[in-house]
Amino acid sequence: MSAGEKVVDLLEVTGLCVQFPRDRAAMRVADSVSFRVAEGETLGLVGESGCGKSVTARALLRLVPPPGRIVSGRILFQGIDLLQLPEREMRRYRGRRIALVVQEPMIALNPVFTVGYQIAEGPIVHGMMKKKEALAEAARLMTLVKIPDPERRVRDYPHQMSGGMRQRVLIAMALASRPSLLVADEPTTALDVTLQAEILDLLKQLKGEFGLSLLLISHNLGVIAAAADRVAVMYAGRIVEVAPVRALFASPGHPYTAGLLRSVPRFGEAGAGDNGRRRRLQAIDGNVPDLLHLPPGCAFHPRCPDVMPECRNHTPMLRPQAGLDGPRAVACFKYHDPEGNPR
Amino acid sequence: MSDGGVRPAATTGTRPPGAPPLLEVRDLHKHFPLRRGLLSRVSGTLRAVDGVSLSIAAGETLALVGESGSGKTTTGRCILRLIEPTSGAVRFDGIDLLALGPRDMRRMRRKLQVIFQDPFGSLNPRMRAGTIVREPLEIHRIGAGRAERDAMVEQLFARVGLDPAAMRRYPHEFSGGQRQRIGVARALAVRPRLIIADEPVSALDVSVQAQVINLLIDLQEEFGVAYLFIAHDLALVERIADRVAVMYLGRVVESAPAGEMFRNPIHPYTRALLQAIPVPDPDRAREKPSVGGEAPATSAPIPGCRFHPRCPVAIEVCRRTDPPLLEVGPGHWAACHLTPGPAGIGGGAAS
Repeated sequence: MSAGEKVVDLLEVTGLCVQFPRDRAAMRVADSVSFRVAEGETLGLVGESGCGKSVTARALLRLVPPPGRIVSGRILFQGIDLLQLPEREMRRYRGRRIALVVQEPMIALNPVFTVGYQIAEGPIVHGMMKKKEALAEAARLMTLVKIPDPERRVRDYPHQMSGGMRQRVLIAMALASRPSLLVADEPTTALDVTLQAEILDLLKQLKGEFGLSLLLISHNLGVIAAAADRVAVMYAGRIVEVAPVRALFASPGHPYTAGLLRSVPRFGEAGAGDNGRRRRLQAIDGNVPDLLHLPPGCAFHPRCPDVMPECRNHTPMLRPQAGLDGPRAVACFKYHDPEGNPR
Repeated sequence: MSDGGVRPAATTGTRPPGAPPLLEVRDLHKHFPLRRGLLSRVSGTLRAVDGVSLSIAAGETLALVGESGSGKTTTGRCILRLIEPTSGAVRFDGIDLLALGPRDMRRMRRKLQVIFQDPFGSLNPRMRAGTIVREPLEIHRIGAGRAERDAMVEQLFARVGLDPAAMRRYPHEFSGGQRQRIGVARALAVRPRLIIADEPVSALDVSVQAQVINLLIDLQEEFGVAYLFIAHDLALVERIADRVAVMYLGRVVESAPAGEMFRNPIHPYTRALLQAIPVPDPDRAREKPSVGGEAPATSAPIPGCRFHPRCPVAIEVCRRTDPPLLEVGPGHWAACHLTPGPAGIGGGAAS
């Protein structure tokens, strides 16, 4: 996307909060989450386990598994607040305009139906096509996601396919109803590295062909670097930084982003086995906190190398940050004081 | 891949020439019968490990890498005899492990420990963390009495970065990274000479992975323990390994000193693996991988080179003849017909 083009927001999420009851308390798994996805854009949502990225994805489709629930926020999709829609209306969006690709293809596919039928089901259910037409379309989609011999394989059952093929079927299913937004939750995590790269390439290519926007959720910074236009970094239920992908990797603003980037070994930097002494990795001290016992103030402060007194009792909000590269927002008192004034 | 470094003079330098390796595996096979149908008739054989040879010197780290189904985990388990190999030889410290009876094998496990991938499944949920780490001391009768053993456990806890006060807690009270530290402490308790670490960090969060890798590196420097490090993450392997062996469908297709392997990969499969690593760098991350497809299930033997159906540079001979593992440089072995240099049958046709 060039800078001159008018950027239209397809999705705008504001102040999204999702809670789960646990041990008689309310555990906030997503807290004041705000982000937007423009037309044709790929937003990468990155974070470690339990940071709230998957539940955020499911919240967009109003599929937060009970007893979890969305307690507040606004999800504007093409100008409509999805959280205000009656469930019947919501079904016209879920799977139709917003589609979800999940991590475990073996769980997401129904073992007793052929993959062709499962791809065709969306368009049939949404009244877009008759069955015969939808099945023909399924074979066409299977060609697009590079499943060899699609005319024959439409009649295969999921167990007859390899892991990579099943992941392709899931992507074909998601595309069948011609969504505007594809939410892909760790779409390559269960796959081997050579396949991972292929599926990412496929997603990028299809994005162009279908004019899709993509919300790509991953814990793998390599995957995010390869596929995202902009990145939102989540930690302990909150987005702590949003930036264009190159700017984020070149100059991370939030200390957590910086620590995460440093802790990933980069290829070709080690010089292992050459001089007898290995370069240790730069870990982030401590552990990812339990969401029910979050530290007060900034949830990252006990692990933060740049911690300041105000971090212990004030929660930093995500605020636009002028001093760093790119249109960027950071939730950190390094850049603004608790009142929101830039430092 | 950046190639700024100076080539190492020797290969790894960790083993004086002539000294016997700590672990030597020769032509290891593990074949599983595949059963099908109502009567569970044997319908084929899965050659999970199909002729693997490798060696590890004292204090050295050999990384065994490959994708799922390559047989790397099965190889590790066969060495420990957690599953019985079909054939082959495993010599540890000069002793033929496959000839040992159950009692002698148990005794041998004092020198040969394991760390599992899953820090949730590999710790007994009903045992306190301290008891888990103390158990191997009791089994191998190390330390005189409970008090001395508890003192040893306390030291181990401190050494792996756990609060000794946490000895009384149960596994579920720890985070993933802390549980893996318990696993490391348990393996370390008996002062083994070799630890087989099977994907020890792949279940952990990125920020915590680095902590556990650093711990493993430090412990090796302190105790001189050797590692067989089973992994699929090549960027991690580059940090920890002295030598690397790449497995594909039950066979080692390339092995070399780590620096050499990453600078000068020979086998097309190794190259594909290296190229496919997701790099946390938006400018470099957008190159295309050279290999498509997936490894087929190993029940039907593939004629010729087992990689040829996916190989971008396969030639006629690859479809007919299985290439042997040949030395292509100092300590650098590869099984490819297109190996450059005098060793390869094809003779210098690779790019």
